[in-house]
Amino acid sequence: MATPQQQQALKPPVVAPVEGSEVPKTQVMPKLDAKNLDFYYGSFKALHGITLSICTNKITAFIGPSGCGKSTFLRTMNRMNETVRNSRAEGEILLDGENILAMDVTDVRRRVGMVFQKSNPFPKTIFDNVAYGLRVNGVHKRSVIQETVERSLQHAALWTEVKDKLSKPASALSGGQQQRLCIARALAVQPEVLLLDEPCSALDPIATLKIEELLFQIKDITTIVIVTHNMQQAARLADYTGFFLMGKLIEFDDTRKIFQNPSKKETEDYVTGRFG
Amino acid sequence: MSTHTSVTRKLVNAVMLSLSAVCTVLVVGVLFFILGYLLWNGGRSLNLAFFTNLPKPSGETGGGMANAIVGSGKILLLATAIGVPIGFCAGVYLSEYSGKAFAFTLRYTVDLLNGVPSIVIGIVAYALVVRPMKHFSALAGGVALGIMMIPIAVRTTEEFLRAVPNSLREGAMALGATKAKTIFTVVVPAAIAGLTSGMMLNLARVAGETAPLLFTALGNMFWSRGWLQPIATLPVMIYNYAIAPEEDLHQQAWAAGFVLLTLVLVINVTARLIIARGPAGSSRR
Repeated sequence: MATPQQQQALKPPVVAPVEGSEVPKTQVMPKLDAKNLDFYYGSFKALHGITLSICTNKITAFIGPSGCGKSTFLRTMNRMNETVRNSRAEGEILLDGENILAMDVTDVRRRVGMVFQKSNPFPKTIFDNVAYGLRVNGVHKRSVIQETVERSLQHAALWTEVKDKLSKPASALSGGQQQRLCIARALAVQPEVLLLDEPCSALDPIATLKIEELLFQIKDITTIVIVTHNMQQAARLADYTGFFLMGKLIEFDDTRKIFQNPSKKETEDYVTGRFG
Repeated sequence: MSTHTSVTRKLVNAVMLSLSAVCTVLVVGVLFFILGYLLWNGGRSLNLAFFTNLPKPSGETGGGMANAIVGSGKILLLATAIGVPIGFCAGVYLSEYSGKAFAFTLRYTVDLLNGVPSIVIGIVAYALVVRPMKHFSALAGGVALGIMMIPIAVRTTEEFLRAVPNSLREGAMALGATKAKTIFTVVVPAAIAGLTSGMMLNLARVAGETAPLLFTALGNMFWSRGWLQPIATLPVMIYNYAIAPEEDLHQQAWAAGFVLLTLVLVINVTARLIIARGPAGSSRR
């Protein structure tokens, strides 16, 4: 298995190796395929030819020092970066074989959900927060909404805590609960991919643990990509891990390999704490 | 440091402190003086007839300003219906859509409009509405005050929408909401308390305007039907009665001033209360 690198654009998309007992024997399908992706903020090139594949129903983590491009890459996968003036992406990101850079943007964002670093519940009730995505996507049938809200909250491990106060404002929840609410809100539109941008960086260890547990649970229903500053979190959670440095994808491989036996010197320096 | 400079420093400090304290008292004092003076003069002449009766023909005493109270209400309603939607939409554009350079131009234009003397706005409404229709009307007065409300409506909307954290916009868009849906289902509701109170303060500001009404709404000693007749308003009534020779009319002008100020203060205080409580479901104060 060759180490994936950005120069391998002409070869078949790199799929992380199937090894170890935690990977089912069923085929590992790529859900998202980035091919030679460059990203610019004005004249600054933030991403240099990123090529990698993200597998269906797996957790993929991106690590790297601040400003290395991992969040930029994440935010390119649902085109949130487009809101930045003078930014542009070159290359391809295929979602089930279709280039998202050419798709309808609201369609992309419905299929590729996102949870942000700082929880951002709307100033609405708990129920309306979770129902929001359904309503803006044209679902208005009360029974469907009710059912989806309950299921999403259950997936986000929040149902038992909020089921008696669904009409309370979301701001009444604790920080960890608010972040789980945002996860429930993202899950309600049944995204095929869920992007999480350092979702636990503002939470205490107990709230973090709850989120990690729920991510383990929901990887059966969606594909998860998480950016984290916390290397232990990547090691605990992720099936595959990518290491970014200065806008380049240095190494992308099975998580165990990245942390125990990385192929690149830069990766080793970073995961052993000799760098950054 | 010598003792001399230390004494000087303390002296300067004492003088400056007393100066600023005196100025503060002056600022607060002016409001309370006006309030007290109006209460003293206007409160005495205020009675039920003031609220229920029409003005008496000149020479007779008594009567009230029922038509002017309703008239002011009608004109302010019309002004709100004209000024708030235009200002709100422009404010949304300014905050959510426009590019930097154009926003600068637009903001500057709006500030200039805000600085146009109210009497000039009155002339504009005269030219736009009164001249073509060939008579004074409530409509013309409403247009004049409506134009006056636009600048503040724009800036209020822009500022309160800008204060909504960007993370909320991102959250909505990440769920597949279009930009317009994001604005109207998340951004505006998050700012609704501020917007409401801002518009109320805006209304309170134009409620006392007299000059633009003089040659648009004109005035009326009787009830005004519909929107196309000349109409009485409190500020114009005050103006007319205050320059009249009869002492009885002066008393009524005081009463009208008191009513007008009370109305403006009530709107002000309500607006502040709304903004202090914030939107339902928001933790942001």
